[in-house]
This record gives sequence, structure tokens and C-alpha cells, in this order.
Amino acid sequence: MSGTRISARFDRLKSENRSGLVTFITAGDPDRGTSQSILDALPEAGADLIELGMPFSDPMADGPAIQASSLRALKNGANMKQTLEMVASFRKNDGQTPVILMGYYNPIHAYGPEKFMADAKRAGVDGLIVVDLPPEETELRQPVEAAGLDFIYLTAPTTGDDRLPHVVEHAGGFVYYVSITGITGTKSAKAGAVETAVERIRRHTGLPIAVGFGIRTPAQAAEIGKFADAVVVGSALVSRIEENLNGDGPAAACRDAVLGLVRDLAGGLKS
Amino acid sequence: MTKPNTYQRGPDSDGHFGIYGGRYVAETLMPLILDVERAYDEARNDPAFRAELSSYLTSYVGRPTPLYLAERLTEQLGGARIYFKREDLNHTGAHKINNCMGQILLAKRMGKRRIIAETGAGQHGVATATVCALFGLECVVYMGEVDIERQAPNVFRMKMLGAEVRPVTSGSGTLKDAMNDALRDWVATVDDTYYLIGTVAGPHPYPTMVRDYQSVIGEETKTQINEIEGRNPDTLLACIGGGSNAIGMFHPFLDDDGVRIIAVEASGEGIETGRHAASLTAGEPGVLHGNRTYLLQDGDGQITEAHSISAGLDYPGIGPEHAWLHDIGRVEYVSIRDDEAVDAFQLCTEAEGIIPALESAHAVAHAAKIAPDLPPDHLMVINMSGRGDKDLESVGAYLKARGS
Repeated sequence: MSGTRISARFDRLKSENRSGLVTFITAGDPDRGTSQSILDALPEAGADLIELGMPFSDPMADGPAIQASSLRALKNGANMKQTLEMVASFRKNDGQTPVILMGYYNPIHAYGPEKFMADAKRAGVDGLIVVDLPPEETELRQPVEAAGLDFIYLTAPTTGDDRLPHVVEHAGGFVYYVSITGITGTKSAKAGAVETAVERIRRHTGLPIAVGFGIRTPAQAAEIGKFADAVVVGSALVSRIEENLNGDGPAAACRDAVLGLVRDLAGGLKS
Repeated sequence: MTKPNTYQRGPDSDGHFGIYGGRYVAETLMPLILDVERAYDEARNDPAFRAELSSYLTSYVGRPTPLYLAERLTEQLGGARIYFKREDLNHTGAHKINNCMGQILLAKRMGKRRIIAETGAGQHGVATATVCALFGLECVVYMGEVDIERQAPNVFRMKMLGAEVRPVTSGSGTLKDAMNDALRDWVATVDDTYYLIGTVAGPHPYPTMVRDYQSVIGEETKTQINEIEGRNPDTLLACIGGGSNAIGMFHPFLDDDGVRIIAVEASGEGIETGRHAASLTAGEPGVLHGNRTYLLQDGDGQITEAHSISAGLDYPGIGPEHAWLHDIGRVEYVSIRDDEAVDAFQLCTEAEGIIPALESAHAVAHAAKIAPDLPPDHLMVINMSGRGDKDLESVGAYLKARGS
């Protein structure tokens, strides 16, 4: 599909000859107001694409940092409707930065997939990552396509060459390479191994490739950014929220800490 | 809905029972799940594998387990003729080892050296630790911290058997959270680790594989009751959390017209209190732990906490085949409260000298409700899925709080 915000953004990154920064935060973490203020300021701080986590009670592929962020958000009343409202609010001032919702299937299942996709599109969402929906389970494909959203598939170190064509066949937007066998925010992969894997995936798809899981520092982002079209940072950002919850003026402290790291990461990728 | 030709053929090639089941896992795990499926298909068609499993079930597990006529209970309830299928007499004291023995042989066949498992009541953890000790494999058991507290004897047994018991503090600290953490472990240890799931949940092929390994319960029951009574039972009863002992008892009978099949969920403090574990009675279809099934959840699709005095039934989902059997109406799903289960625990212990697991006591409690209205020639089989030694402390505390 041409003319989407995601493809336009990757075209621009290509013309600027640099790798993009994808930032992950959980919608509503630690509360709606703080989360909205972070979301709205991400592009200016250097985020090229935004992944917004849909909080879920049982985030099986996530490590302690994102589990905790999901629970903080849920405790403060986050739900799927609010997540879409946050995107709609973000879109009032930003028509270009792609927003990708990331999460698990059950909350979408409960919302009703067709209605959810239509509402997400209306709110200004561009793509969707559903962690527990491998290509074998095809039921969201039609609603996603009908709404004009990109369905972004994950590939992993365990995804062999025999399987890759099947995974990327219906992929839209970009391909997300999970660089480690493990959960978010735990170990980090060696750049050399990631580069080999990215080259392997490129033989199966012309879509841009974003690399995530285990990238925490500007130096790591810069290293992966040498060969990946984008790098995803999540756990390191939501950890900044956790670290700043108990001080004075936690809302501003959380926001500033997250945005500070985003600036550093973006700086690393641009240098 | 039209009646299918058979209730026993499921699932389809992608692991679906009607709309339930499937493989809803992260991509990292998907190739592994497919590996397990391939290995399982090969193993079940290999006569040598089947012979090895059968040999261990006989000489190590102690099968076949007896089908026992509970005469005093029958007399006291004054109706149906009640039999117990004595899974409590298996090595380690519950039906869980039937499945563990099958899967550990599969894990060995796949060349895995490290075994992980989740456990609620600790029965599956103990059975897993046992078979790991038997074959000298490393064993890590994830167990919610709430369950560790209420099932202390089983925690000690697992440790004695050489397993590492990892306390799970996330979420509600019970079985579902233990399963989350086991899946997180597996994603990070895919090369050498086998996840030995203890119930008929999880992604395909687990619900099918666990059912097949547990079906020995129903197969033996069918042979035994026909030897003793010359015919099939009229009613089968089993408790249900995830549903492995129930499907194991039921599956061989699904196509036998005239066998009424009833599964008993835990309604905890009562459905109306919201503190229960009755996924079919009070849940909605959704997706968790790799399959689509009935789940306890709120309107936003967030999984809610299950509650039952019995740690083994304290799970907010149910096996996908049960979800299907529920929808097509072949199996009846009813529920029993904590207080009713504890009463049945005492009734069974006093009438028969058999201390049932609190899980199994739910099935006994439902029998106590319906047996008195049935005629004396009505044959009822209750799956006595486990022994209750592990529950003495919980029951003691419950009775003390109740003042009885």
C-alpha cells in the first residue's frame, strides 16, 4: 500500500539516509494525563514512529518493566477506549508521525475486531502489532485490511528460512525483528548476529525492517541503526517512568526523564 | 446445532475444536510449538514409544487404578450406585502423572534436557519433579506465591525431588500467573527446554496431547465398569479447572449415547460474589495462554482473578475442547461452592476412609446433590482425581473460620 504514514516516514528516513527511532510507551502509564503529555512530545524529542502499548493484564511476552507499566496503567483506569482517545488527541497536532498499537489479542477480541479496527483508523492509528497472533491465526487479517491499517508481523531468531516467506507474506508497514529469544527488556543481542538476521529477512521482503527487544542505550541504538531501517526502544523508556514515580512532581519528572532518553537515543541515531 | 457424527475426532489440523483452541503464541515460540506437534505425531504412531509409555504406566505409576464401589457413600446418599475411579492411588497421588509420563518421554525423545512446568495445587509440579528425577532431567516449576503458601507440603516434595520452585509474584500470584512466567521462561530457553503443560490448555498440540495421555482414565473405566456391571455407566462426574482429569475420563465415552457427562467447576464463594473460578458458567470466550476458550474477564478483555478454596481449580480459563463440548451441549457444566466442597470432603472421608483432594471433592459434592434422586440401578462414576493430604491444612483453617 502506498501513501500511508508509515511508508511516507520510511521514505523520508531513506532520503535522510538514517535509521529511524521507534519509541514504545504504554498508553495510560502511569496515568492518562502524564501519558498523553509524553505521547504528544515524543516526535519533537526525536521519535520517528510511535508504538503505543495497549495495556493487558497478562502480557506473556513482556519482561518486568513492561508488565509493571501495563499494571500501572490498568490500575489507573486505562482501557481500550481510552487508548484510542489518546491517539485521537495526539492526532490533533500531529498528522505525520505513524502510530502503531501494540499488544495482545484478548482486549481486541473483547472490543470486537471489526469495530476496533474501524475505531482505531478513525482515531488516527496506522498499524497494529498483536504479539500473540502468529500468521497461522488469520482472523484479524480481513478486519485490518478492511480498515486500511497495516498489520505488522514479528519475526524472531527462531523463525527459519522455511518459515519466513509465510510470515512476511501478509505483512504490512514494516517487519519487526525480535532480536533475542526472550521477553522484552532482558538480555541484548550481539550486533553482528542481528545484522546477519536482518540480511536474512531482507532476502524475503522488500519492507523496511525494525529491530527491537534488548536495545536500551544510545550506543546500542546507533550500532543496530547502521543496518536496520529502524530501532525500537521500549523497556528502557518505561523504566524511566517507574524510576520517577515517587519524587516531587512525578508527572513532570516522568515526562522529562522519558523525553530525555528519547533525545539521547535520537542523537545516537543521527550522529 | 446438528449433532456431529463423532465427538472424538477433534481438533482440526490447526488445533481448533469448533471455534476454540488454536495457536495464539508469540512468533518466537511458534516454530517450537510446531516442533512439539511433529514430535508428538511421530511418537504416538511409534509402537516402541507406546510400549515404553505403557510399561512405565504399569510398573511406575501403578496403573490400572481400581474402579471402586463406594458402598457406604451410596447407602448414605440413598440413590445411585456410586463408583470412584481411583486416580488418587497413582504414584504421587493424582492423575497428573499420566500426562507427565507421556510428555517426559516425548521431551527425552526430542533431546531436551531442561523441563519447565507451571503448577497450581502443586500436584502437577510434584508429578513433573518426579518424572524429572526418574530420568535425571533439570526441573524448574513456576508456582504462584499464594499457592506456595496454601500448598506447603507439595512445595517441600518438589524440592526434595530436586526441582527448583520459582515463586511467581506477578498478577494474582496463582496458576495463570505461573503459566505466564513459564511461557516467559520458554521464550528465552527455546534451545534446550521443554514446557511440560499440566492441563488441557495452552497452544495446540497441548490440549490434544494432554487429553490423549489422560484418556487412559476413561479407557480403563470403560473396561472396568463393563467387567463389573456388564454395561456403561449412566453418569460420569469429574471436577474441572483446566480440565485434564475431566477430559481424560470423558473422552472415551463422548460417542456413547446414554452416558450423561457432567463436569463440576468451582464457584468459590458463589457466582454472584464474583469470587469464583467458573469459566464456563460465568465467563466469555477470549484468547489467553495460546488458545481461544471461555475466560473470566472484564468488559475490556482484561483477565480477572479466579477464586477457589482448591488451588487446582483456581484458573480463569478452561481447556478449549471443554468450551466446544459446552457449546454443542454434549457435556453439562455445573458448579459447586467452597463450602459445599468442604462438606463433601468430610462426607467422603468419613463414609469411605478416602480423603479426596479438594478438587475431587467438588465432583463428590455434585454427586451428593443428584444421587439421592436417582434409582439404585443408576451407575455413577466419579473421577477421584487426587488424594487430599495436601489440603488438610486448608480445610482445617476453613473449618476453624467457619466455626465447625
